[in-house]
Amino acid sequence: MKKKNLAALLMAGAMSLSLLAGCSSNGDQTSNPPASDAGTQESQATETDNQGGGTDVVTIKVGGIGPTTGDAAQYGTATQWGAEIAVDEINAQNGPIRLELQYEDDTNSADTAVSAYNSLKDWAKDAPLVIYGCTTTAPCVAVSTETFADRYFQLTPSASSPEVTNGKDNVFQMCFTDPGQGTAAAEYLKSSGLGTKIGVIYNNGDPYSTGIAEAFIAHAKELGLEVAATSTYPEDTTTDYTVQLNACKDAGADLVFLPIYYTPASLILAQAKQMDYAPIFFGGDGMDGMLDMDGFDKSLAEGLLLMTPFNASGTDERTKKFVETYQTGHGILPNQFAADGYDCMYAIYEACCQIDGIADMDHEQLCDALSALFTGGDFSVDGLTGSAMKWLTTGEVSKAPVVVKVEGGVYVTQ
Amino acid sequence: MSFLNNVITGISLGSIYAIIALGYTMVYGIAKMLNFAHGDIIMVGAYMCFFAMGSFNLPPAAGVLLAVVVCTVLGIVIERLAYKPLRSAPSLAVLITAIGVSYLLQNGAQILWGAATKTFTPIVSTAPEARLVLVPGQLSISYVAILSIVCCIVVMIALTLFTGQTKMGKAMRACSEDKGAAQLMGIDVNTTISVTFAIGSALAAIAGVLMCSAYPVLSPTTGSLPGIRAFTAAVFGGIGSIPGALLGGILLGVIETFAKTISTELSDAVVFAVLIIVLLVRPAGLLGKYVPEKV
Repeated sequence: MKKKNLAALLMAGAMSLSLLAGCSSNGDQTSNPPASDAGTQESQATETDNQGGGTDVVTIKVGGIGPTTGDAAQYGTATQWGAEIAVDEINAQNGPIRLELQYEDDTNSADTAVSAYNSLKDWAKDAPLVIYGCTTTAPCVAVSTETFADRYFQLTPSASSPEVTNGKDNVFQMCFTDPGQGTAAAEYLKSSGLGTKIGVIYNNGDPYSTGIAEAFIAHAKELGLEVAATSTYPEDTTTDYTVQLNACKDAGADLVFLPIYYTPASLILAQAKQMDYAPIFFGGDGMDGMLDMDGFDKSLAEGLLLMTPFNASGTDERTKKFVETYQTGHGILPNQFAADGYDCMYAIYEACCQIDGIADMDHEQLCDALSALFTGGDFSVDGLTGSAMKWLTTGEVSKAPVVVKVEGGVYVTQ
Repeated sequence: MSFLNNVITGISLGSIYAIIALGYTMVYGIAKMLNFAHGDIIMVGAYMCFFAMGSFNLPPAAGVLLAVVVCTVLGIVIERLAYKPLRSAPSLAVLITAIGVSYLLQNGAQILWGAATKTFTPIVSTAPEARLVLVPGQLSISYVAILSIVCCIVVMIALTLFTGQTKMGKAMRACSEDKGAAQLMGIDVNTTISVTFAIGSALAAIAGVLMCSAYPVLSPTTGSLPGIRAFTAAVFGGIGSIPGALLGGILLGVIETFAKTISTELSDAVVFAVLIIVLLVRPAGLLGKYVPEKV
């Protein structure tokens, strides 16, 4: 009996230890590298102080939310890491505004995201807080409802459904909306003349995929493109796509539009090759990241077209620097989620720099001031995912979509 | 021809379900518990093989062997630490523990190996030409599918011989019939249950490697959905019955494939509707033993 109890205790201990381990490793990721600043920032978040020869420095607290564990963790960690690089750069500039980022895990679930939001409010206490997130759509809709009621400014790097911003004047997106991406895809196909018969395969259990696909099909028909086959699958953990591919093949589709994430897409490419079906594959921004999958055979993606606002093999100075810092810190190439996160921090920073009397504002006044500035028409930001990005009154971003083609394992802008 | 092609796809998918379902069914039959962490052992097995082949450049056979060894040890350790202390606890407590172990394995894998999806290197070639052509241009079977089906048959025969002929197999059947009586007859129940977990986990490792060879993506949550499908297959065939797991697995694979050709939206609904109908007619599953409750 004694022995049994001991074993149970050990197991319980091991489990709680591993939980703690999980927490602390998350904690490490969220802490901001400039450790010397962290202490001072912590203690006087609201107050201004005299640093660097008499200029007032204001610290704005940024509360990030996204999945850093669970099945969407790769997206959350990317938005977190991208934002951290931007925050380090901004704070190193010694400008009038400093950012302090605290990142909370929402495990891609709406209720966890709301708890994360509440703990961020506790963390900020009375200091002005800006919400950065969420990474994925469903949690973002839940949190944006809360921030709208509580009056916190919110900027999401990647939650792309129109539901996120619908009817909320305080919520803005850094990424394209889903319908916007679908329409842009149809227009690109019309103007490039690729594909005479189009097949569409999408995930009808996912609002991102369905949103793009429906707008694409509707707009393609308006433009007179022939959508020969439409096929769906229920969830991204589906593994067999031969039935869907056969539907496209039988309909004679020479271009297959895949508004889906890269994990199922990599299986579709592999299975299409196995069945000797070689149409042009065309994807949305969810396809970004496929080339960096461990062990992925890049030749499968040769000729793949995708719309992504960010190209990690871009040659401009800012992209090169970002990619280098990201790779040194985390050992992988940044994807567009990371770049969107980076741009979000600069958008918040540049907007804050333009607000007069920011030092005396509470979160409500800051929210109103930032929302007015974003929709004012004069405010624009240059970033990694676009230049002179502006925001519409709906909260939607306006920037040019970029189509890239995979050639020899890298993106080539079309 | 597309009918026959679908049958072949269904059987090869079903063979993998069957191998996983065997693990569920054996553990249920002997320890009378649902081991929901079984699906995650599949994932651990696949990761072991992935790293053996990818990082250490071992041959596929060594990768499979490593996966089997690691999963066997893991299965025994989990049973000893998490389930054995609860042997006399209510079955609900054990069920919750199993779900907890499942989360522990998933999140542990995420900490160790990251959340990003990895592409598995198949243990046999999946190139378009790597297939056995039956009718040129119309009907062919990929080598991976053949391997899955052969593995499933071999495993079935081996298990049937093991439970029927060996001393340990007999002890297992005795435990599944009446644990208390078996103990009185001098059977070491704890060892028997450990061996059951070891066999179930070894099978999970094989299933993991086969599954990831057929559908080469690997992430910490890879095992959960096939785990649930295989659990369904085990219930379908009659949980606790070894031939039932085979029949349930293969039928589930075939029904799933055909349901998809009717409607991709409704495929899961069709699969589970069939399950409900079967359970209404035969509450113990297709080959399960119906034991009326004595009052």
